[in-house]
Amino acid sequence: MASKIYQCIEKIGNDIIENKEFLTDLDREIGDADHGVNMARGFTEVLAQLPKDEEDMGKVLKKVGMTLLSKVGGASGPLYGTAYMKAAGAVAGKTSITLSDGKEMLEAVIGGVKMRGKAQRGEKTMLDALEPAMDALTKAIDEGKDTEECLEAMCQAAQEGVEFTKTIRATKGRASYLGERSIGHQDPGATSSLITLRAIQAFYLDNLK
Amino acid sequence: MVGILIVSHSKKAAEGIYELTVQMAGEDHRVLAVGGMEDGSIGTDAIRIKEGIEKADDGDGVLLLADLGSGILSSQTAIDLLEEDIKVEIADAPILEGAVSAAVQAAVGGTLEEVREAAELAKQISKLD
Repeated sequence: MASKIYQCIEKIGNDIIENKEFLTDLDREIGDADHGVNMARGFTEVLAQLPKDEEDMGKVLKKVGMTLLSKVGGASGPLYGTAYMKAAGAVAGKTSITLSDGKEMLEAVIGGVKMRGKAQRGEKTMLDALEPAMDALTKAIDEGKDTEECLEAMCQAAQEGVEFTKTIRATKGRASYLGERSIGHQDPGATSSLITLRAIQAFYLDNLK
Repeated sequence: MVGILIVSHSKKAAEGIYELTVQMAGEDHRVLAVGGMEDGSIGTDAIRIKEGIEKADDGDGVLLLADLGSGILSSQTAIDLLEEDIKVEIADAPILEGAVSAAVQAAVGGTLEEVREAAELAKQISKLD
């Protein structure tokens, strides 16, 4: 029987792979048309290499991070690779997590992405999905909402963040070369971040609720 | 001797820059190149860059020259992944001209700081004047 964390990564990976064309099309508009291809290549390798029965979430997430670092190829490799390794650090040794552990993971992920990408919210990046998601999750936890409500609030905020990226110009990465012309297009990295959060939510609803 | 690590998205570009750099640096050099992905496709791989840094270092440190975008992000990630205590710096320099200047400086026994300065000076040298 595969561990829960393996199954969750499998869900994330499959959703990323399913959205390969969509993410690549988004990246064709403002980037170099490789985000979907690169992420799908990374997660195909993750699913092939990840031990199915390892329960330690820290170990599993670290392995995901290392694999993405070496197999994605584009800037999303070091960014997502760092994100997963930071998430691993937040849950080292754990085999199950609470909502507040989840919040700590997301906090660590955001810190890692900011450090690696030298980016802030509002620059049309992954952070425009992740930071609002973090804020919404924190608020929902503080209000005493249940897990299902908290995850929905988190994903809803990430969704709105992705929509927001259509209205702003890119100042990081290749899309920044386009300046004003990057406005009107949603950011591929924010979109793959949203897909990831939605996959975690779906995994919870299907398997853990 | 300070090691020089050339990092490019392209295997062929890395090999070509390596070839030119070594030609200019002379026989005695510690120049290495990591290009593309393991399967030869275009991209950068932080794990292989980390291994390149470890191989390039003989104790005097490594100057890394990278190309665009994820060339820099993967190189910075590789430095964070190092378990050994290796002095590594990324040059803010054009990869080809920077690598040649750096390798020449390293071959005459420059410190990591001097080698880095030599690489970064390459940015300011006019090709037409």
